[in-house]
Amino acid sequence: MADPEIKSYAPRQESLSAAVTESRPAKAVLMIVSFAFLGIFLLLPLIVVFNEAFAKGLSDYTEALTSPDTRSAIYLTLLVAAISVPLNIVFGVSAAWAIAKFEFKGKAFLTTLIDLPFSVSPVISGLVYVLLFGAQGLLGAWLKAHGIVILFAVPGIVLATIFVTFPFVARELIPLMQEQGNGDEEAALSLGANGWQAFWYVTLPNVKWGLLYGVLLCNARAMGEFGAVSVVSGHIRGLTNTMPLHVEILYNEYNAAAAFAVASLLAGLALVTLVLKTLLEMRYGAEIAATRGH
Amino acid sequence: MTTAPAKAGWRFRQPSVIPGFGLTLGFSLAYLTLIILIPLSGLIWRSAALGWADFWAIATDRRTINALEISFGTAFFAAAVNVVFGTIVAWVLVRYSFPGRRIVDAMVDLPFALPTAVAGIALTTLYAPNGWLGSLLAPLGIKVAYTPLGIVIALIFIGLPFVVRTVQPIMEEIDKEVEEVAATLGANRFQTIARVLLPGLAPAIVTGFALAFARGVGEYGSVIFIAGNLPYKSEIAPLLIVIRLEEYNYAAATAIAAIMLALSFAMLLVINLVQTWSRKRYG
Repeated sequence: MADPEIKSYAPRQESLSAAVTESRPAKAVLMIVSFAFLGIFLLLPLIVVFNEAFAKGLSDYTEALTSPDTRSAIYLTLLVAAISVPLNIVFGVSAAWAIAKFEFKGKAFLTTLIDLPFSVSPVISGLVYVLLFGAQGLLGAWLKAHGIVILFAVPGIVLATIFVTFPFVARELIPLMQEQGNGDEEAALSLGANGWQAFWYVTLPNVKWGLLYGVLLCNARAMGEFGAVSVVSGHIRGLTNTMPLHVEILYNEYNAAAAFAVASLLAGLALVTLVLKTLLEMRYGAEIAATRGH
Repeated sequence: MTTAPAKAGWRFRQPSVIPGFGLTLGFSLAYLTLIILIPLSGLIWRSAALGWADFWAIATDRRTINALEISFGTAFFAAAVNVVFGTIVAWVLVRYSFPGRRIVDAMVDLPFALPTAVAGIALTTLYAPNGWLGSLLAPLGIKVAYTPLGIVIALIFIGLPFVVRTVQPIMEEIDKEVEEVAATLGANRFQTIARVLLPGLAPAIVTGFALAFARGVGEYGSVIFIAGNLPYKSEIAPLLIVIRLEEYNYAAATAIAAIMLALSFAMLLVINLVQTWSRKRYG
């Protein structure tokens, strides 16, 4: 509403804008309170991680990171993320297609169910699999008779990780695809494309940044999950220890420097995630769904 | 979009030229059922199979009650702190321009990205009696690490982005004209904020509180390091579940989990009602 006439009232406008913001001292107080709060609660813990990791020098740091137990923890964390994230991508895309492209009964309920894992404690997310697959579990006896090992092994860790990261991709894609509507796909179909072609050449390019955004958050949580994985892992060193679990073991053994060394890798992952996330928001903010946070 | 006028009668879905409904909905439902619904109903089934007497005995056990009180109490307190400071942080990020604003804004999401175990050991080191902040607080007689106050600190860390990220987009949408009108009608700045802006933000603030609270109640990784985990004093409910599981006491673990789920859902329901009410009133 850039009305040229308003320009001639510039002085008055200025006094008005002074009335709709805080006085300078009030501004300063609010900013100091914010920075102090963020500094104490967010920045200091982050600094502590790197400070403690290098507290005993670089050689101890590299030694902690190259020990066989740490290496197998890193490998397991990457393996678990490499299985669970793609599965949740396939689910997220599929659920978003069904929910965003079609109108059907019970859609709102389905959307609520997808968000369910976010309102369940991570410990409970692990517990439900123990109740299902554990020795006293519903399927425990059957699994044992058939020699299938799920709990306290990689499959259990993957399942628990899928559970806690379940909603990330779907909840990023659903609002985005709903906002974009069906027009592009309908055009593609009327021009002779089949369903797959419409998806690959029209829908996917339209949502790629939003998808990447969801994958980024999903991956960060998959690699960092502690509670759920801790319940199903059994903490077998070198076998079922992911990086966060390895951090806990080292810390409880009073090996703080090594614990923080491994933690610094995870903190690095978090920082990379934040940087990529911010870049995505800056560049493609309009193309990414308006649903920030979770 | 032009769709044919709906025929009379019940229809599961509206007609559409877009293919793939059966495939994608079928796969999504199957995956959802296998990964989420069956395991969760297993939990409900197991706790129902306990029988009322057993369930009641576990639920009224002093240690269970204390753990639930600690979990819900600390989560409530931490969410309340986050409502105050999170709203101020959101305001500063939305309204003021200062160098590095983007970085500060990005940093707010750190608790989403940082694995909880890492946050846990970092906060513990920070607030331990010989830590950077712990050593400052010790002469004042304030003990944080290994006390319920430590749990609150960890939950403030975990919950902060929930409040900021819920309130921030609503603040960005505030129409400046509303404030201008208030000012021209003679309201001072404090009155404008308290009487005009805050009521409009109330639903978002309540939502942020609910999200931070719900997350805090279930939080495990960041808390167990700093809590000290003394039964009856600083033992949270999720930890008690883990302890019962390690004792192979599946019944107790299941019962506590079921109580936690029920309480959380009841809480969310109440907050939903409050939200609907405040939206009607101020929306």
